[in-house]
Amino acid sequence: MEPFKVINAIVAPLDRANVDTDAIIPKQFLKSIQRAGFGPNLFDEWRYLDRGEPGQPSSGRPINPDFVLNQPRFQGARILLTRDNFGCGSSREHAPWALLDYGFRVIIAPSFADIFFNNCFKNGILPVVLDGKTVAELFQETLATPGYRLTVDLEAMRITTPDGRSLEFQVDPFRKHCLLHGLDDIGLTLEHEEAISQYEMKRRREKPWVFIPEAGDRLGFNV
Amino acid sequence: MNAKTLFAKIWDEHHIRQDADGTTLIYIDRHLVHEVTSAQAFEGLRLNRRRVRAPEATFAVPDHNVPTKNLANGILDPISRLQVETLENNCREFGIRIFGMGDPRQGVVHVMAPEQGLILPGLTVVCGDSHTATHGALGALAFGIGTSEVEHVLATQTLTQKCPKTMRITLNNTLGPGVTAKDMVLYLIGQIGTAGATGHVIEFAGEAIRTLSMEGRMTVCNMAIEAGARAGMVAVDDHTIDYLANRPFAPRGKDWVDAVIQWRHYVSDPDAVFDREIKFDAAAIEPQISWGTSPEMMAPISGQVPDPRLVDDPVRRQSMEKALAYMGLKPGTPMTEIPIDKIFIGSCTNGRIEDLRAAAQVVKDRQVADTIKLAMVVPGSGLVKRQAEEEGLDQIFIQAGFEWREPGCSMCLAMNDDVLLAGERCASTSNRNFEGRQGAGGRTHLASPATVAAAAIHGHFIDVRGL
Repeated sequence: MEPFKVINAIVAPLDRANVDTDAIIPKQFLKSIQRAGFGPNLFDEWRYLDRGEPGQPSSGRPINPDFVLNQPRFQGARILLTRDNFGCGSSREHAPWALLDYGFRVIIAPSFADIFFNNCFKNGILPVVLDGKTVAELFQETLATPGYRLTVDLEAMRITTPDGRSLEFQVDPFRKHCLLHGLDDIGLTLEHEEAISQYEMKRRREKPWVFIPEAGDRLGFNV
Repeated sequence: MNAKTLFAKIWDEHHIRQDADGTTLIYIDRHLVHEVTSAQAFEGLRLNRRRVRAPEATFAVPDHNVPTKNLANGILDPISRLQVETLENNCREFGIRIFGMGDPRQGVVHVMAPEQGLILPGLTVVCGDSHTATHGALGALAFGIGTSEVEHVLATQTLTQKCPKTMRITLNNTLGPGVTAKDMVLYLIGQIGTAGATGHVIEFAGEAIRTLSMEGRMTVCNMAIEAGARAGMVAVDDHTIDYLANRPFAPRGKDWVDAVIQWRHYVSDPDAVFDREIKFDAAAIEPQISWGTSPEMMAPISGQVPDPRLVDDPVRRQSMEKALAYMGLKPGTPMTEIPIDKIFIGSCTNGRIEDLRAAAQVVKDRQVADTIKLAMVVPGSGLVKRQAEEEGLDQIFIQAGFEWREPGCSMCLAMNDDVLLAGERCASTSNRNFEGRQGAGGRTHLASPATVAAAAIHGHFIDVRGL
């Protein structure tokens, strides 16, 4: 995972509440067994006028000129500004993979769906929660100012606007640490191997029925 | 000792260690795996030369990509086929039990796992799938995770988590005749919204929950995620224990006796305190139908498509306008006057035997309306299908004009060939009415199996309580 320090980038405003993961990356693209390559199909049904298929080259597809990411002024955006409950619906990690592959490293919204929020941190994306009023102001400024950029500093947990205002945000210390250093949290957990083994032994002693014995070889119910 | 919620009892019991900021390492007892969210996790293990820590605690089943007809031909789409074959190969390589295509137990993971007795009270259960919430119906703590966490569980049998908040939703009194668990949960989502329970684990309680069957409780917990909840749960009672008796993977003999004594403990203590409490009168709930593109856009069967102009909040008004444009609906249209093109009965929400019985009861000795282009029943698992056939339900559906299919996720998310075409309107027993969910441009109306079956017969929605 790429460490996250400071990002200064163009902001793209996606003015919708409850953007679900089916909209972020439609199901036909979930058939891929890779982690990379989802960017061209991010928001596929909003971005293009035809129906996208996996493996199809995106060049030459008819684009929807009204969709925000297709507007010239938002090209190269790495910060996505959006509304409440972003990322609701399915647990598909293909959603943050697609956002990352497209180029987004920061998503700003008043609230996020839980699983999506968690998945972002596993992939080097910083989801930033700001109150609804501040988000509404950022929408106005982004739309009013061509080339509008924000600076997002994870260490300081601060966003700086072009006119020099500071917006503070919160991140859990553990998630912040992993994101700042690009750490693989499986490696961190495996450092506690002994504690896991001790827990397992205790659980086997106290609740042996938790663990599947030979029963697994019986045939199915009513079979 | 302090009074504890059901959630807190399970959470505390699975606690391995905690960091200063409250990040907790918890033990995972069961891990369910399907083909769509696991390939990259297994690949991660290989790249880092890691093993699966407890292969016997992990169970795999292909469900999202499997075809629901002409199974002898296998999967024709080469990309879908590769994904299912990748799951099979990964299970072989890492020593994980798989209920593969052709196994009579194969089916939607959230239908077949409880059916096999894989889910027990007091367990932590995860799966790379948001509808893992289903399993909380058995008094387990079950939640969906992303692929990185799937890899984490495979490698360590643990997860690092922040302790969620608790919410109790109490449903007093009982549901009226013709009103089902699905109507109850759709109503709740309509009331509290799709972010109403974000950050919380919901415990469903009250007389209307206690009197529900296990299948009904699974339907309710399944859609807890649609209210934004991390998980849904129901306390253990006689229904739970009766359901588990003699399931293939449930404990036997002395283990069973010991387990039942311990399972009785998985209830919230009488004076346990929840972070939030909400109460509803179940007797006041009508059959529900969604009108929009979010599961919170819900109306009772006696209601009508709402008017965005009456809504003050601009963000909400704009969402409603976009939803109505996508759905091709006009404000003020009675729900009973919405014509339907296709019918889908199935999914992890409503693909269980009780759901098929409820639909069959409505369909019996009637015919699907001429205006319906396709009506299909997709049983949730091979064993549900077999049970339904033993009861003659398949014949009731077939004689009425339904297609009787093989088990899988099917048109709930349309990853196989079962897809809506643009503009087609579907009455569906599934869980999500998002734009494009059942096919690009497709329009989904969520409802109960009985309501969807009645829509098949009449060609439009109708109040099943009057039938």
